[in-house]
Amino acid sequence: MIEVKNVSKSFGDRPIVKDFSFVFERGKANLIIGESGTGKSVLTKCMVGLVEVDRGEVLYDGQDFVKMNYEQRKLIRKEIGMLFQGGALFDSMTVEENVMFPLSMFTEMPESEKRDRAHFCLKRVNLPNAAKLYPAEISGGMKKRVAIARAISLQPKYLFCDEPNSGLDPRTSILIDELIMEITLEYQITTVVITHDMNSVLEIGDKIAFLHNGEKWWEGNRKEILTSDNKELSDFVYATKFLREFRDRLRT
Amino acid sequence: MKLLFHIGRYFMLMHRTLRRPEKWSIYRRQIFREIDVIGIGSLGIVAIISVFMGAVITIQSAFGFESPWIPLYAVGVATRDSIILEFSPTIVSLILAGKVGSSIASEIGNMRVSEQIDALEVMGINSAGYLILPKIIASVFILPFLVIISMFLGHFGGYVFGVVTGVVTSYEFVYGIQYEFHPFNVYYALVKIACFAFIIPSVSAYQGYYTKGGSLEVGAASIRAVVYSIIVVLLFNFIVTQLLLA
Ligand SMILES: Nc1ncnc2c1ncn2[C@@H]1O[C@H](COP(=O)(O)OP(=O)(O)OP(=O)(O)O)[C@@H](O)[C@H]1O
Ligand SMILES: [Mg+2]
Repeated sequence: MIEVKNVSKSFGDRPIVKDFSFVFERGKANLIIGESGTGKSVLTKCMVGLVEVDRGEVLYDGQDFVKMNYEQRKLIRKEIGMLFQGGALFDSMTVEENVMFPLSMFTEMPESEKRDRAHFCLKRVNLPNAAKLYPAEISGGMKKRVAIARAISLQPKYLFCDEPNSGLDPRTSILIDELIMEITLEYQITTVVITHDMNSVLEIGDKIAFLHNGEKWWEGNRKEILTSDNKELSDFVYATKFLREFRDRLRT
Repeated sequence: MKLLFHIGRYFMLMHRTLRRPEKWSIYRRQIFREIDVIGIGSLGIVAIISVFMGAVITIQSAFGFESPWIPLYAVGVATRDSIILEFSPTIVSLILAGKVGSSIASEIGNMRVSEQIDALEVMGINSAGYLILPKIIASVFILPFLVIISMFLGHFGGYVFGVVTGVVTSYEFVYGIQYEFHPFNVYYALVKIACFAFIIPSVSAYQGYYTKGGSLEVGAASIRAVVYSIIVVLLFNFIVTQLLLA
């Protein structure tokens, strides 16, 4: 479980995240949704310490990450798997080496076992044949999936996914959602997913925070999101004119 | 003010770089890779430049010493001293600042802007140590060898071209390079090169590590890496020379 309490962050005099509080629960997919540029990525970077918060607390199972020193943070970070919005694969390594990297760094597994584990993870993201390629040689959607495989290779306790299915076709996208859900339930980890994609929201949204201009504007689950009368949320959910007309017809 | 900021941040980065590695076996692999890139990869250019600089120094000294009062073997002495004291350690370092410095800054800068450094940090890896320390160790280890090779090739170039062009005889050149040879000069050169071998990768890595923005800034960082490495190398060239020779 990750508890975020009153976190604020400004860049210069531009406030980006404003007094955000939320509880990310264990064994659930916790979603952060919101328009482009509202500070979703910045918020997650605050949570893992890539960006220092101005104010507030981030509690990993009760321990305040913000107050920790570098070495203490390292211990928590070994339990974090993170998928970056741009993938952030190491381009000097092959796909397979990317996935094996956390294992090489933090375990004493023999080479063959690491390779087996990497292939297992790659298979789970539906990429069984890309192991020997370099990141420059695979497509954007494939990079994303490799990045997910790398994030789960060490079996993290906390999994952060920044837009896991942007740039994926609908079928692969659903596959990734299912994968995220599966590992969340199977290993009872705390999963944080940032997404724009309403399909994913409705598929895996156990707990949702809607961010608007850096503030938590609404929270709830996927059932409540469709019927909420919060105007900004409703505009986000019913983005197209067609859907809005449909919603208005339902309500009257 | 800005200069102080950069110096302070440079030392903070070095402090993080020199922390105890998470896992030596991974670092060891990186060090061998860097020795290959930095050392073996620069062998060609160092060889070519050393041979021709040795040749030019010999011919120039012969040209300058065209006087009946100066013995011909002085050409050998002058060639030897310029190569060992200044040319091999300093010029080779300046060339490596260009070649190695720019590649280090662009590699690390690119990792910064594509969030690969963030990815390392989130995994719980000391990114500064993992990326920079192997480069520094490899460089401090391999550059002295490059300089020694450069010294040999410099003398070789001087000998061959000096004799072929007829500005000096084989006997006098060989007599000259052995005349009043001070081993201390080689020691001085190796101390210099050890300093430069630390400066070049660390200053360049600093430029790359704090790149902000996109590929344009990576290019700018790599230019700054070369410029600042050269300036700092020349500054330390002066300081070390003062300390050891004055
Ligand atoms: N390092 C930074 N320095 C200054 N401003 C930043 C920095 N990082 C992000 N911002 C600003 O913070 C705001 C929020 O950015 P963020 O990347 O969190 O958006 P987002 O919600 O993730 O959007 P998207 O869905 O498009 O990824 C943006 O306006 C951006 O300009
Ligand atoms: Mg984002």
